[in-house]
Amino acid sequence: MGPETQNLPEQDDIVVEDLIEEVSIDGMCGVY
Amino acid sequence: MTLLHERPSTGSLVQQFEYGLDAPICLTWELTYACNLECAHCLSSSGRRDPRELTTAQCEAVIDELQRMQVFYVNIGGGEPTIRPDFWHLLRYAVDHQVGVKFSTNGVRITPQRARFLASPACQGYVDVQISLDGATAEVNDYVRGRGSYDMALTALQNLKDAGFQDAKVSVVCTRQNIGQLDDFKALADEYGATLRLTRLRPSGRGADVWDELHPLPEQQRILYDWLMAHGDNVLTGDSFFHLAAFGESLPGLNLCGAGRVVCLIDPIGDVYACPFAIHDTFRAGNLLADGGFQEVWQHSELFQDLRRPQTGGACAKCSFFDSCRGGCMAAKFFTGLPLDGPDPECVQGYGEQALASDRTIPAASQDHSKTNPTRNQPVMLQLITKPPTSACAENPLAGFEPKECCS
Amino acid sequence: MLDEAWTLSPSVALRPEPFGALAYHFGNRKLTFLKRPELVAVVRGLGEHVDVRSALVAAGVMESQHPAYVAALQGLAKTDMIRPRDEQPS
Repeated sequence: MGPETQNLPEQDDIVVEDLIEEVSIDGMCGVY
Repeated sequence: MTLLHERPSTGSLVQQFEYGLDAPICLTWELTYACNLECAHCLSSSGRRDPRELTTAQCEAVIDELQRMQVFYVNIGGGEPTIRPDFWHLLRYAVDHQVGVKFSTNGVRITPQRARFLASPACQGYVDVQISLDGATAEVNDYVRGRGSYDMALTALQNLKDAGFQDAKVSVVCTRQNIGQLDDFKALADEYGATLRLTRLRPSGRGADVWDELHPLPEQQRILYDWLMAHGDNVLTGDSFFHLAAFGESLPGLNLCGAGRVVCLIDPIGDVYACPFAIHDTFRAGNLLADGGFQEVWQHSELFQDLRRPQTGGACAKCSFFDSCRGGCMAAKFFTGLPLDGPDPECVQGYGEQALASDRTIPAASQDHSKTNPTRNQPVMLQLITKPPTSACAENPLAGFEPKECCS
Repeated sequence: MLDEAWTLSPSVALRPEPFGALAYHFGNRKLTFLKRPELVAVVRGLGEHVDVRSALVAAGVMESQHPAYVAALQGLAKTDMIRPRDEQPS
């Protein structure tokens, strides 16, 4: 199973979710 | 024909992280296997110091590397890290080198004086303190952590509060015995001005011996999930319950196994493992002393390169919930003797129970740092399962007979 | 926002990645993934440009994309990853 193909947005259709994504520093499994 | 596993140029954080990173975002660093306690479920089977522990200078060199790699923060644990004589020095060294530190402690050395240091401007923002607690009452807590450990934890929390330390963490391993105390845990954390953290029990280290008795029952997992969905706004989980995403909406967090991709473990002798819950030869990527330093191991070890290839779901891929739960926790599967490409032992759809009922071999531990002779800190739970061998001369014909638990 | 002067907050570490960058705030422990190299260039350049618009232009961001980039910068402002320049504590 290879990487999913991305439907790249048209240049003008860019939205904020394409630019930033927040995650908690406590939000990755494997740190107790 | 081999597939070229190339990182996509766009995509979500999770999609990117599955391919791994050039440096961990955060990692766990167990500073010592020595510990003043003997918790029944200890993930690192701690108790005795390993004579090959990294020296102060070697630890400083690790911190230097973490700084160069821009690792954002390190969770310093153990054993009990504060019983290393150079702990406070290393803490300051990390802070001075732009490496954030959260340290996990049972509270033994968090005196009022130390609490004041931790609350001082020198530590602000760069130091987080996490107190381990596995029961909202001494009865529940001390059963697994030992007599007096509850009081010790609360004393530490009080000292931190009195010193004005902001936002300590109270970190709980959820068990069959404490799922009924979730509201009490929240109230306790609130009382000390701390943030509650609920985490998953994995069958790792000594946890393998107590998992059957301690792991939450299926209905309790539902209770936990519902509670987190209802009250979990200010509660952390370390993303340790991503296998519960198959109940419905996923909980906050990446919902991704970070092992070898965004996190890893450095152990007291410099061995590097994929995850602190996977301390076993199978998940050992190398040693930072022997293999050219931490960066070299992180970036080029065969194990980590393997983990950074897209994982097939195996038997789980056909399940409609696979996209949410991603097959669950690698360590939980490994230490219960289940195949890694099959269901998590606590799969909420019940596939794990099925798998546990079939033929499986629980792997032998690679190592055990437990104390050879129990001390007065030995928790009741360990006393009950560690019985001296029956002498061949015992008179009682039932000597050594252990009935299986008749009432659960 | 386009006409304002902003800058990266002092407690933020910006770590380049193949896909953009990770920004981590040591004070509030927020972690943000900057998904486009252009955004990374904008954020790095904020402090040196007279206003946000010139930082966008300098990073080669097309004008049609400015609203999305401004929304992203507002997201970063909400978590104190970036700050208005004249409000910086001394």
